[in-house]
Amino acid sequence: MISIRGVSKHYGSFQVLTDCSTEVNKGEVIVVCGPSGSGKSTLIKCVNGLEPFQQGEIVVNGISVGDPKTNLPRLRAHVGMVFQHFELFPHMSIAANLTVAQEKVLGRPRDEALERGLKLLDRVGLKAHAHKHPGELSGGQQQRVAIARALAMDPICMLFDEPTSALDPEMINEVLDVMVELAQEGMTMMVVTHEMGFARKVAHRVVFMDQGRIVEDAAKEAFFATPRSERAQQFLAKILHH
Amino acid sequence: MGYDFDWSSIPGALPFLWEGMKITLDITATAIAVGIVWGTLLAMMRLSSLTPLSWLAAGYVNLFRSIPLVMVLLWFFLIVPRLLESVLGLAPGSDVRLASAMVGFALFESAYYAEIIRAGIQSVPKGQVAAAYALGMSYGQAMRLVVLPQAFRNMVPLLLTQAIILFQDTSLVYVSALADFFGAAYKVGDRDGRIVELLLFAGAVYFVICYSASLLVRYFRKRVGA
Repeated sequence: MISIRGVSKHYGSFQVLTDCSTEVNKGEVIVVCGPSGSGKSTLIKCVNGLEPFQQGEIVVNGISVGDPKTNLPRLRAHVGMVFQHFELFPHMSIAANLTVAQEKVLGRPRDEALERGLKLLDRVGLKAHAHKHPGELSGGQQQRVAIARALAMDPICMLFDEPTSALDPEMINEVLDVMVELAQEGMTMMVVTHEMGFARKVAHRVVFMDQGRIVEDAAKEAFFATPRSERAQQFLAKILHH
Repeated sequence: MGYDFDWSSIPGALPFLWEGMKITLDITATAIAVGIVWGTLLAMMRLSSLTPLSWLAAGYVNLFRSIPLVMVLLWFFLIVPRLLESVLGLAPGSDVRLASAMVGFALFESAYYAEIIRAGIQSVPKGQVAAAYALGMSYGQAMRLVVLPQAFRNMVPLLLTQAIILFQDTSLVYVSALADFFGAAYKVGDRDGRIVELLLFAGAVYFVICYSASLLVRYFRKRVGA
């Protein structure tokens, strides 16, 4: 579904990604983790072409992202993305947030878009909030709406860029619950997160990044039981000891 | 020993002054409308990643912001009539002063609006654009549906302030002897030998309009800030 082959990226002389390669197969959930500044957010943004890269190739559903001839908007319309800071559109109601891209990008009729949007809003437990504006919701609620907004486009896979790191601790679980459910339904997911509980529960593989390189790419069990690299061992020791 | 004020020539001149006010409002409205549309395009060009476009817009903005408005108006007053005559085949001497004033103001104000709108676009967090793109929107859709509505909401006070300045600046069309509100007042005063009274009256009218508008701006600023 997502194939990342030898991707490198630099800003001027600063190397952000170096020769990154990994795969996400259909129905697979992979968690990307690593210390801050390791390039994991940049890598996931390369997958739907939000960040350009200089070398290598990323193929999503058979379409090369870096190819200048690729119709990026059409590709992105079917790749859902959830951001660290939710990025709901503050000038629109929740209902409009859920329907605007369905109508303007997919060309769905208004009633159909609204029906689909409200169904997904109900699914994330926020049906009663359709008429409100994003500013009236808590962070956790906003992030659940953001997930519903992405799902409304009927994505073939979902990208999550640190979906819980801007949330207060008591709101993290309500978002993770939605994500776990999604994973258990067989959605193809690439998730940048530090939530190792989430990784243990639903990830198939864990990718560990450090200084722009993929240091470790292993099945979940192997990664948690016996991380090969020293850097990953240190990282896990730090993050799991609290 | 004092100056004897005589306001008697004002009531009879009100219809003529109103005609002048209509010209003032005409020019202001045209310059605002064209200024915001052309200014938005200039701002988008300036922020574009295509360097020729961004240079072109930067050149335009810097040029107009570095020249006194009076000179721009005078040039347009001298050039545009000839241009219109030759392009539209108008008879020489047709009165195109209003048109040339409108064109001059619109082009001049666009440069100022472009800078306000550029700041407004930049005030919208980058993540909003990323979210719009991630949903499959094109650049045009992201701008129209996500960025510009938020940018304009942030910009309302500044746009209104600029409109107030513009409204006052329209009095500069006196260089083309066009009877806008200020010009009309001057003409009446000159005719009746009551320039002081007429200019005081005109000043009071400008003050009332502009001060009320600035109270409106303050109201909007509070709402945007809230």
